[in-house]
Parts: sequence; C-alpha cells; structure tokens
Amino acid sequence: MAYSEKVMDHFANPRNVGEMEDADGIGEVGNPKCGDIMKMYIKVDNDVITDVSFKTFGCGAAIATSSMATELVKGHSIDDALKLTNKAVMEALDGLPPVKVHCSVLAEQAIKAAVSDYYTRKGIDPTPIVGELHDCKECPIE
Amino acid sequence: MIKRVYADNAATTRLSERAFEAMKPYMTEIYGNPSSLYTEGVEARKAVDKAREDIAKCLNAQPNEIFFLSGGSEADNWAIKGAAELGERKGKKHIISSKFEHHAVLHTLEYLEKHGFEVTLLDVHEDGLVRPEELEAAIREDTALITIMYANNEIGTIQPIKELAAIAKKHGVVFHTDAVQAVGTIPVDVKELGVDMLSLSSHKFHGPKGVGALYVRKGIRLPNLVHGGAQERGLRAGTENIAGVVGMAEALKESVEVMDERNKRLEKMRDRLIDNLLKIDRSRINGDRVHRLPGNVNMCFQGIEGESLLLSLDLKGVAASSGSACTSGSLDPSHVLLSIGLPHEVAHGSIRMTFSTENTEEDIDYILAELPPIVDRLRSMSPLWEKIIKNDK
Repeated sequence: MAYSEKVMDHFANPRNVGEMEDADGIGEVGNPKCGDIMKMYIKVDNDVITDVSFKTFGCGAAIATSSMATELVKGHSIDDALKLTNKAVMEALDGLPPVKVHCSVLAEQAIKAAVSDYYTRKGIDPTPIVGELHDCKECPIE
Repeated sequence: MIKRVYADNAATTRLSERAFEAMKPYMTEIYGNPSSLYTEGVEARKAVDKAREDIAKCLNAQPNEIFFLSGGSEADNWAIKGAAELGERKGKKHIISSKFEHHAVLHTLEYLEKHGFEVTLLDVHEDGLVRPEELEAAIREDTALITIMYANNEIGTIQPIKELAAIAKKHGVVFHTDAVQAVGTIPVDVKELGVDMLSLSSHKFHGPKGVGALYVRKGIRLPNLVHGGAQERGLRAGTENIAGVVGMAEALKESVEVMDERNKRLEKMRDRLIDNLLKIDRSRINGDRVHRLPGNVNMCFQGIEGESLLLSLDLKGVAASSGSACTSGSLDPSHVLLSIGLPHEVAHGSIRMTFSTENTEEDIDYILAELPPIVDRLRSMSPLWEKIIKNDK
C-alpha cells in the first residue's frame, strides 16, 4: 500500500486547513471509533462557496481527501459542490489504495454536511436539495 | 540527504555484516546439496550441521532439537497444528493462548476452531501480562496445548514464561512459546524456561529473511510438516537454505555476544525517550514498563491518528510503525492495544518505535526534536482534539 505523490503532497501541505470563525455552514462526519472525523467549514455568498476550510482527525488519506475536496469546491457554486463525488476526489489525487476509498466518501459527505448546515441555518430544509447524508457504510455514526 | 532513523526493528532488522560475510561463500562457491555424498555436498552438510549446533548452543538446546524452516510464522503454524494433532489423537481438543498473540498464532487457532478445537484466550490485563493463576484456572482435562508468546511484538511486554511453562508441565500439557521477538534480544534458555517448543525468526536479530527455526524438545514427536526427502529428520522436507541457516546462526551468535552491553544501552535510550514523550499532554505508554523489551517504545497520543503520525515521521526521516486501523487495512485498531483495554479512539493514535544495536543516542535526540512538533501540528488540525480540550474545560 503506497500513496501517490499527490496524496503525500496534500497530506504534507494540506490546503485550506483550520477552523473558520465566521462560517456560514459547518459539517462534521465520521467518528473517533473508526479513526476518522472530518469537519468542513464553508462561507457562502450568492450561492457560491467563496471560502472553505477543514479540520480532520484521521489517516494520511483522510487528510489528503479533505484537502483535495476543499480545493475542488472553493469558488464553485453550491450546485457544483453537491455534484462532487468521492470518485472525483480520488481521481484528483491520482487514486487511493482500496482500503482508503472510504476516506474519499467521507470527504464527499463532509462537503454535503456543510451545505446542509448552511441551508438549515437559513431555515430551509436541506434534505430535498442535499439528499440523505450517510457515512461510509463501514463507519456507521454512533 | 535527509537523516534517516530506522526505528522499526521489531518489524525487521538490517542484516549484520558478520552474518552477510558468513553467508557469502554458500551463495557462490559452496553450492552443493547437503544430501549429496561427494565433496561439494559434504561441505554444505558441514555448514548446516554447524549452524544447527551454534543455534542449539545459543538456546541451551541439543542440535537435534532444532528444526530449520522458513521463519517465525511457519514455526508457529507447525508447533500449534502439530500439537493439536497430537492432542486430537488422545481426544484432547482444547488450546489455551492469549488475546494478544501474533496473527501467526491467532489465525492458526481460528483455523483449528473451524476444525472442532476449542480455544481459550487469556486476558493480558492493562499491563500486557498474562497471569499464571489465570492460566492454571483455564487448564482442562482435554487441554492439548498452551501457547503464549515470550515477548509481545507491539508493546514489548515480556511474559513470565518460566512460571507459565511450569504450570503446563504440572498438568501434563504441551507448552509452546512464540519467541520471535525474544530470541537474540533477551536471554533465552530453553532448559531454564522449561518450554516444549519455541519459535524463532532470523530477520528479527540481524539475520537474513526467509529463515527461522522451531525448537522441539526431545520426546515430542511432531507430525510431518512437509512430506518429501529426509531433511530436518524427515519432518520438513526440502533442500536446506544453507546460506540462510548459516547467516541466522552467525547473527544469533553475534546478538548473544553483544547482548548484555547492548541491552544496558538500549534500556537507557528507551527510558529517556519514554520519559520525555510522556511530557506531551495526554500521552501514554502502552504495556508494563519493567517487564519490557529493551528496545520497545509504544505510545499513544490522544486526538491524533497513528498513520498520519507515522507518515509525518517518515517525511522527517524516521521509520516507525503504528497500531492504527489504517496500517492494518481494517477499521479496527491493533488487537494488542484493544486487549490491554484501550478505547478504539485512543488505540488509533499509537506509534511503535523499536530500536536495535544499530541505533544511537543521537537517534533518540532526533526523534525527541521531531516528534513533539508533529503531534502539535496534527492536533491543531484535529476536530477530535478540539473536543477533548473542550470537554476538559
């Protein structure tokens, strides 16, 4: 099991890392028992994600997928962000070892969770827009 | 070039110069088959016999009690399946082991469970030590085998093998120990320990990979492992790995020669590393500090995950290992850390550093300079750490 250079780059130099104090939406997925928690913060202006950041507890792939996911949605519309798939995150990282695929699912879900929170704060039911949130199947939320 | 510190000697070690030199002729000039009667064969036979004598001497065994094979896993498999078969012939289908054995033992036991054996796994408690009285209480009329590792590969705890073997003997049960982490590292005397079988692996003590041995006390007649020629007294057929056994014997002799002095040095290094890393907030040492291999450090740092710690250390030139789920390919962290009662989220944040004769005080200095900032950095980006700190206030 070896990571691609891109994974190692995003692990060693994660983009958009850290807490965002004035976030418009915050999403958290995963659980400590399974060894991964991802927290995403988004700033939204006119349905565009103008800023995004993350905090992650997890393995190298968890940190790299979080970092890559923030890059893929930053400056894009919410619609585009909701279309982000775990596959797109993996491809952007030049692939992940099979046992790490669940990390990319978490990254996708973390973005969705943040958007969900954004709508909830605005008094809009997020479910029809974002859909049901689910963690990776191996990692049910306790 | 970035400095490299190899701190994963429990995984494998570098081949020693002496072992390598001893092996060389058997990979080039002396290539005969030890089973052949002409000069080339006789030369090869002599080398195999000498290696067996040397290894027997290091363990205080007889040469005909040493069987060469491919490594520790094969030795464990043979000892356990062999003893199970011997037990089964007498209607005994119960085996006692411990919760934190190596997978070579645990998976072999799982296999036997599928074939009708019952297995009792003893607790190893918070300190990572088996309790003799609990072993005695677990013994039944139909117990065929007790197999308890000498030293744990992850947390380095050393089991009271002499006491455990004495209990087995008292009840007439065969006793095997997986001594892969012990041989070459701490004194191992099979007579003094009173064990019936003992597994060892060459590459854990600076010998070559792909070779190991099983000590089988005279009087125990294990069933054949590999059917074929007359090698290894007909029990494990196949032309001998001559260079391998020669290298293993040389490496073991060397390890035993330097053992006392080396261990004093390693214990000092180990304790300095542990004491200083324990200054990190919410860190802990895993496993008993006294009954511990001289070169083993296993720590947890709450709020971070072991694999990211391992990768960060690697980027700084330090090779270590982790008991996190992410290195095992499953979602569960190390069974060893769970067996000593660590919650999942703490077990995920473990790191193991294991040192050998080749490590220096400078290596410890380097790790002490590099590791704490990595823990800080990973914690600063960890939502779990955020929660831990918040709950504290």
